Amino acid sequence: MTYAIEISDLKKRYEGGFEALKGIDLKVKKGDFFALLGPNGAGKSTTIGILCSLVNKTSGTVSIFGTDIDKDFAKAKKYLGVVPQEFNFNVFETVFNVVVTQAGFYGISKTVAMERAEKYLKQLDLWDKRDVQSRMLSGGMKRRLMIARALIHEPEVLILDEPTAGVDIELRRSMWGFIKTLNEQGTTIILTTHYLEEAEQLCRNIAIINAGEIVENTSVKALLKTLNQETFILDLDSNLPDDWSLPGYKVMKINDGSSIEVDVIKGQSVNAIFRALDTISINVVSMRNKSNRLEELFVKLIKG
Amino acid sequence: MKNSEIWIAFYTILTKEIRRFTRIWPQTLLPPAIMMTLYFAIFGNLIGERIGEMGGFSYMQYIVPGLIMMSVITNSYSNVASSFFSAKFQHSVQELLVSPTPNWIILIGYVLGGVVRGLLVGLIVTVLSLFFTHLALTSLLLTVLVVFLTAVMFSLGGFVNAIYARSFDDVSIVPTFILTPLTYLGGVFYSIDLLPDLWQSVSLLNPVLYMVNAFRYGILGVSDINIYWALVIICVFIAVLFSFGLRLLNQGRGIRS
Repeated sequence: MTYAIEISDLKKRYEGGFEALKGIDLKVKKGDFFALLGPNGAGKSTTIGILCSLVNKTSGTVSIFGTDIDKDFAKAKKYLGVVPQEFNFNVFETVFNVVVTQAGFYGISKTVAMERAEKYLKQLDLWDKRDVQSRMLSGGMKRRLMIARALIHEPEVLILDEPTAGVDIELRRSMWGFIKTLNEQGTTIILTTHYLEEAEQLCRNIAIINAGEIVENTSVKALLKTLNQETFILDLDSNLPDDWSLPGYKVMKINDGSSIEVDVIKGQSVNAIFRALDTISINVVSMRNKSNRLEELFVKLIKG
Repeated sequence: MKNSEIWIAFYTILTKEIRRFTRIWPQTLLPPAIMMTLYFAIFGNLIGERIGEMGGFSYMQYIVPGLIMMSVITNSYSNVASSFFSAKFQHSVQELLVSPTPNWIILIGYVLGGVVRGLLVGLIVTVLSLFFTHLALTSLLLTVLVVFLTAVMFSLGGFVNAIYARSFDDVSIVPTFILTPLTYLGGVFYSIDLLPDLWQSVSLLNPVLYMVNAFRYGILGVSDINIYWALVIICVFIAVLFSFGLRLLNQGRGIRS
């Protein structure tokens, strides 16, 4: 099977001795929506940097669609589109020129580049800004410009490094929709993000990297199954009596008893909570997780 | 990459570079025009009339080739140094690094961008000089060849400077403390025949002397040095600087972690 990305025993030691990657192995399937998560300094950006040739690896092998980067990096690079975390376009160029110039670096003719630039700038709501100097754009627009630029050579794999950092909720959702559509059309997506809700909702597979090592690499579904305990917050239509308890469950009253926080251990029934409240004629108005489920696992894995 | 794709990548870098320096023409094209007009007016006309002849020509005619060359050297060097360093500084160089464009095309693209600016400024200065004096042309081929090769050489120098530079100060150190003294002492304003023997010999170690004299020979037909030596020296410098610049790019010095 040909993987979109295949990384084997990848190591990176920076000048000064810091070991950013301690021999990681990673495989990303073709067409996958893959999340690479980890705390700051874990090695995410180093891994991405090596993939797109901004960082020189110390040892190990990296293949992109079966092409070893040590043997034919030019071919491997054509498969990749990269949206970095930091803005890295020429701020004095117009929006249109940023995108068309990038196409030129991939050897795409001007006619094709202009057609594609129009297509992607329109899809990302930047067409009206095509003649504006890119430094004049808002933060969200700059991020969308980097997405348009990364797509101009129509790559098989799109790597997004914290694409929604600092972006407002509305724009973040529209970006999710756009990226999801790209994935449905066959583009493999690799995403790094600090918003674990984003990873849980969008990604099928996940790798968690910590201190230069992969500590988990599985499907989001399988990972969530390992969650032993979830904490739910239930909003009630009246205050809970002071002496109320539910055997086997840890219940904590909040807001004078108008809401409760309940720890539900794997195997326990959530229905039992509803039934118990029903016996004292209290209805549950709404219910939510205290924190994102993936976040709980992430913290657990990182803390070891 | 296919040859046609490599050509498109090269053309893209070159047009990007030309677009950059023409967009900021008040910083790139206007200052040398004003500065050289002042040189012509003050050194050529006012002071030159009192100096009399040099090498069989009026002082104005004698310094014009040197001043054209000085403009070409300074502008080709600073164009590549500042453009590539700015790309590093604002990380837009990553646009090129993530692309399949070969490193030798990146190098040639940037260098030719510097060459175009150097030659354009040289042309502007030449046209301005015609308001002050008459210029003969002994050998068009030699004149064009020398000015082109010199622009290539200093563009390569600017590229190496940009690779090593870590701040904007580093970009201006070489032009201020090395390039300017070498140019002023490279026979722009005088013939080395005027110098004592020792300083004549020392001057022969200055590569700019060969370029200025070869260019002056192409226009006026007079030179302090052997023209063939001048061409050999320029070509050797180009070969060394190209190999060195390409090696630095391949290593990712200053641009890859």
